[in-house]
Amino acid sequence: MSTEGQLDTIHMMVNMGPQHPSTHGVFRMVLWVDGERVVDLEPHIGYLHRGSEKLCEGEIYAQIVTLFDRLDYISNLNNEMLFCRSVEKLMGLAVPERAEYIRVILCELNRVASHLLFSGTFGIDAGAMTPIMYAFRDREKIQSMFEAVTGARMMHNYIRIGGVKGDVPEDFAQRMGVLLGEIRQGIDETDRLLSFNEIFLARTKGIGVIDAETAIAYGMSGPSLRACGVPMDVRKDQPYSVYDRFDFGIPVGEKGDSWDRYYVRVMEMRESLSIIEQALEQLPDGPTITPTRLVLRPPQGEVYVRGENPRGEIGVYLVSNGADRPYRVKVRPPSFCNLMALKELLKGTYVADAVVILGSLDIVLGEVDR
Amino acid sequence: MVERHRREETPQAPVALDDKGRALQLLLPEILAEFQPEVGAAVDLVVATVKPQDVPAVCRLTKEDPRLSFDYLMCLCVVDYVEHLQVVYHLYSTTMKHMMVLKANVSPEEPSLPSVIALWTGADWHERESHDLFGVVFEGHPNMNPLLLYEGFEGYPGRRNYEMPEYREW
Repeated sequence: MSTEGQLDTIHMMVNMGPQHPSTHGVFRMVLWVDGERVVDLEPHIGYLHRGSEKLCEGEIYAQIVTLFDRLDYISNLNNEMLFCRSVEKLMGLAVPERAEYIRVILCELNRVASHLLFSGTFGIDAGAMTPIMYAFRDREKIQSMFEAVTGARMMHNYIRIGGVKGDVPEDFAQRMGVLLGEIRQGIDETDRLLSFNEIFLARTKGIGVIDAETAIAYGMSGPSLRACGVPMDVRKDQPYSVYDRFDFGIPVGEKGDSWDRYYVRVMEMRESLSIIEQALEQLPDGPTITPTRLVLRPPQGEVYVRGENPRGEIGVYLVSNGADRPYRVKVRPPSFCNLMALKELLKGTYVADAVVILGSLDIVLGEVDR
Repeated sequence: MVERHRREETPQAPVALDDKGRALQLLLPEILAEFQPEVGAAVDLVVATVKPQDVPAVCRLTKEDPRLSFDYLMCLCVVDYVEHLQVVYHLYSTTMKHMMVLKANVSPEEPSLPSVIALWTGADWHERESHDLFGVVFEGHPNMNPLLLYEGFEGYPGRRNYEMPEYREW
């Protein structure tokens, strides 16, 4: 006797996280699965919510730089630069050329470090355990360089309103020359080891596809959007700092799948290295900071400043009422907007691919939850 | 003692629009004429203030008009000015590469305005966050559950009058 039509299919609920190694932090998602297929999912964030935006309202401007360090803790320098730029714009403060170049060099180096971390952990997500050893070896060298320049491996508090904390070490150019050669070699090694590996391709090609129109509607940005073939990059669209003086390309993907999101980042690392080389060549002499008071009182007004972080477009909306503390600080974190599209990416895929797709977005929960 | 640092008037940040901004400033009152927007400028951005109930219609117009084509919602946030809450939309056009700010003021007692999720899917979490932290209700949003805060959290911690609770051991 057939029971067809009388029995309902029940979707099973699977909870993933928050303590799950492949969620890259404290992220939880509830999946509803039909056999091996994901039918629906509900992401839960907020486990790392510290109220950073509210905290900013109670600190003087110089102190807020340290709070921005802790938003996206993989790309601290990019975050510091963004906030300093917003205050400088509101005050109409000029930054010395040498400081701008140092900022660009360090931010691009930070981008390489962040992408190296991504390529390593993404390999682990897809089951390749070795690439992270190579990626971390190179990232460690970059962190040592940061330590030599800023005095800290993370949470540098090096970029200050009006410039940078101090000049770079005397042997900076020579050490950078060695470092860039080593990193370039390391990227090539990881590339050969992972990028065109048969198993890796099978796990990532055609997995988690999103088209450009949907990605834009979700507000995706950075490598995740460029993987869909949209050449959107703040460094080119609205050049800030001294980015208009360098010759660099914007790598884009074709299909918008997980592999494209991975490979766009690999290509971006090479572009960043080229920017650093050009900046080192052009590095002018001169002061590294425009002296300001410790307690700043910017004029009344509001600015919205955009910047290109390793994870995508970050924005800060700064409202000042003329006091020594900001009236409101709002951060537009790139990971937050990219993560929103996870629902679109995961529906209809296999459960086993959920980890790969989440990994390919390269999220940092510190800035998602703020 | 003489209060040397006290200033009678707080200086305003000077307006410095670029060419795209100036073109937008002229274009916006014409395109949005039926909604009577207040078009101004803040530093380098064009700001249009509209009534809260007009927000979805204005957004649709700014998105679909080929001269504006704001297809990218960069940021949605709420600023608490005590006498009113201001909902701020930062819009960007990926084709024209220009940006503008849209603002709507709502009352702090019953803050509500229609959702724009139908136009930009990415408004989803931004609106939920604003609901969490400021208590602004976005009508027509399918899911207004807490996003950053936990279930049952009392008060709106983003607002100026929110008092931080005493520290306690969990």
